[in-house]
Amino acid sequence: MAQITKSKSIGEWLDQRLATKKLAKVMMTEYWIPKDINFLWAMGIVLVVLFKILIISGIFLMMYYKPDVDLAFDSVNYTIMQEVEYGWLWRNMHAVAASMMFLVIYIHMFTAIYYGSYKNGREMIWLTGMALFVTFSAAGFSGYMLPWGQMSFWAAQVITNLFGGVPLIGDALVVWIRGDFAVADATLTRFFMLHVFLLPLVIIFLIVIHFYSLRIPHVNNQEGEDIDFDKESEKYLKGDKKESKVVPFWPVFLAKDFYVVSVCLTLFFFFVFYYNGFAMPAVNFEPADPMVTPKYIYPEWYFLWSYEVLRGFFFDIGPIKAMDIGLIAFGFANVIFFIFPFLDKDPRVLPAHKRPRFKIWFWVLIFTMIVLTVYGKLPPKGINNIIGFISSMTFISLFLILPYITKKDAGGVK
Amino acid sequence: MRELKILGIVSFFVLLAYIGVHTYAYSIMIPKVAPADFTFKDLPKNTKVADASRGAEAFMNAGCIGCHGVQSQGFEAPMSSADATVSFGVVPPDLSTAGLIYDSHFLANLIKNPAKAMNNSHKFNDDNPHPMPPFFGSDEDVDQEIADMVVYLKSIAPTEEVSNEQVYIDACMHCHSIKYTGLLSNKDPALMAKYMGKIPPDLSMHIKSRGRDFLETFINDPQKHLKATAMPRVGLTQKAQNQVIDYMEFAGDRKKEQRESLGVKVLIFMFILTILAYLWKVKIWREVH
Repeated sequence: MAQITKSKSIGEWLDQRLATKKLAKVMMTEYWIPKDINFLWAMGIVLVVLFKILIISGIFLMMYYKPDVDLAFDSVNYTIMQEVEYGWLWRNMHAVAASMMFLVIYIHMFTAIYYGSYKNGREMIWLTGMALFVTFSAAGFSGYMLPWGQMSFWAAQVITNLFGGVPLIGDALVVWIRGDFAVADATLTRFFMLHVFLLPLVIIFLIVIHFYSLRIPHVNNQEGEDIDFDKESEKYLKGDKKESKVVPFWPVFLAKDFYVVSVCLTLFFFFVFYYNGFAMPAVNFEPADPMVTPKYIYPEWYFLWSYEVLRGFFFDIGPIKAMDIGLIAFGFANVIFFIFPFLDKDPRVLPAHKRPRFKIWFWVLIFTMIVLTVYGKLPPKGINNIIGFISSMTFISLFLILPYITKKDAGGVK
Repeated sequence: MRELKILGIVSFFVLLAYIGVHTYAYSIMIPKVAPADFTFKDLPKNTKVADASRGAEAFMNAGCIGCHGVQSQGFEAPMSSADATVSFGVVPPDLSTAGLIYDSHFLANLIKNPAKAMNNSHKFNDDNPHPMPPFFGSDEDVDQEIADMVVYLKSIAPTEEVSNEQVYIDACMHCHSIKYTGLLSNKDPALMAKYMGKIPPDLSMHIKSRGRDFLETFINDPQKHLKATAMPRVGLTQKAQNQVIDYMEFAGDRKKEQRESLGVKVLIFMFILTILAYLWKVKIWREVH
């Protein structure tokens, strides 16, 4: 039983019952972050802020959105965008935040890869992060369906169709996912449920674990230095703030984050008000029409690289159909990032610029993924097919050689 | 400085991806076409010196009001919309504003050979004549009569500005609806589909799904973007076409003004916030660096 005495303030009253002072120490003032970091370390907080914007704007949008194939398009493009006071603001914020979220996720992810922040005790951070990426992808995909525009419908048609490639149960699986033989009202309502309820719930749960998994192995730093957090934090608490290699989460780390977040939000609002075409493609302002196939079908930009790996294999090899090879490659592309920590055979935590072969590997990967992204959008014909194929092969090969390259870099280090 | 270098690298790759996915991809997916031609220079010139009162006479003699209404002159449409749709497939437009919103050179060619002027002779030809017959003239000089009629139409056209909505109603609503402003093309959909090949799309969101640049060249000559489409070239003047596009913007993006004015305020707020955040960061980090 805790020591309960008459308290002089609400803070004290709460502290006696909830140990708020201890909590604040653990979570904020004595949660130690390395000092040697750059603005890329703020991307996590930027993501938290963007996610909050998504939740809040989403709540407002849900008040007027109608998940029904006959009403959805007009409820978004007329009711929300043009009738409801500032409905357009919430919608633009929601769409831009979603698109920006993925951009920052990719930056966050490649930061981790560059600085080796996924291994040597940090595997759980990477795994929960990847789980978040996949869940966000599902949320992005299901959300894109809701306005029920042309691309909502046709992207849904194409992507759900992919599950037909699963051996034995494929066809039944597609029908089970769609709730109908084609993408239809039943599909829209279930993806609405996923988008506004189940997926956000899973995301919040995963974020908590992601943060927790960061606590024990600590945040990495720019040089991959193995910091003795106990010793350094003691130095800091003694007042040796300049000497110490760590800073507390609050206020020092967050002061920097707050600045980076402000810059990002300024950019965000510029997009919201003046430049949102990248988040809301023109073709989706056309109502869904199952009878008219759009000339070009492509997913949202953040799925383009894996979509191109799927399309890259455009020819049959012997008895294996192009579609099946593509699906296998697509499956590979979506799983391979998960096992990244286990493909890296170099036990040292170092930034890529201190790992000669890995450094080249990293920049080739970035370049390949950008080529895949661009060609995932371009019409698949002529030379585009060849470039798509070569870059898909490059992508896959990169991961096949990763264990050897990292082992070479490590030399004899065990 | 290291942070600036990192920022530079990140921005470079983000921009590279953006230019590829957006600028480059769309330049391939939406082919460039020649700019809108409001002089309709592919149509033969009519150089006759015209006279409006002669034109009025020619207009009556030619029997235009057998099909067209000219409400401003007291000529009601001779048939109800429903009957006209059954007879012609489309309602012959009222000509009260024709002299204002359509290009005169275009009008002259339209009267002479509708399918050619409207650029839909792939649809209307000897086998399937255009519902509006070509004008062959009542005496020897057809071109003189046509020039007179055009000047007559101009002389009866409104002298003041016509609203964007009115231009849209006269030029587009015979086939297209805009349900977001409540302007419905009151045709029998089945007859409309029969006449045009399919029901012409509702234009409520076209300002966003197509964009201003596309609409500018498309309305001016639909064939440029959509070969063999049933949509005719209607011959709007540049001003009238801009009014149509403005009206479409009103239908599909009516909060644009509010968005743009609020944006400035929010950005100023964010800018100040960023400066304060930076100063706070510098203050806090001075202690630890």
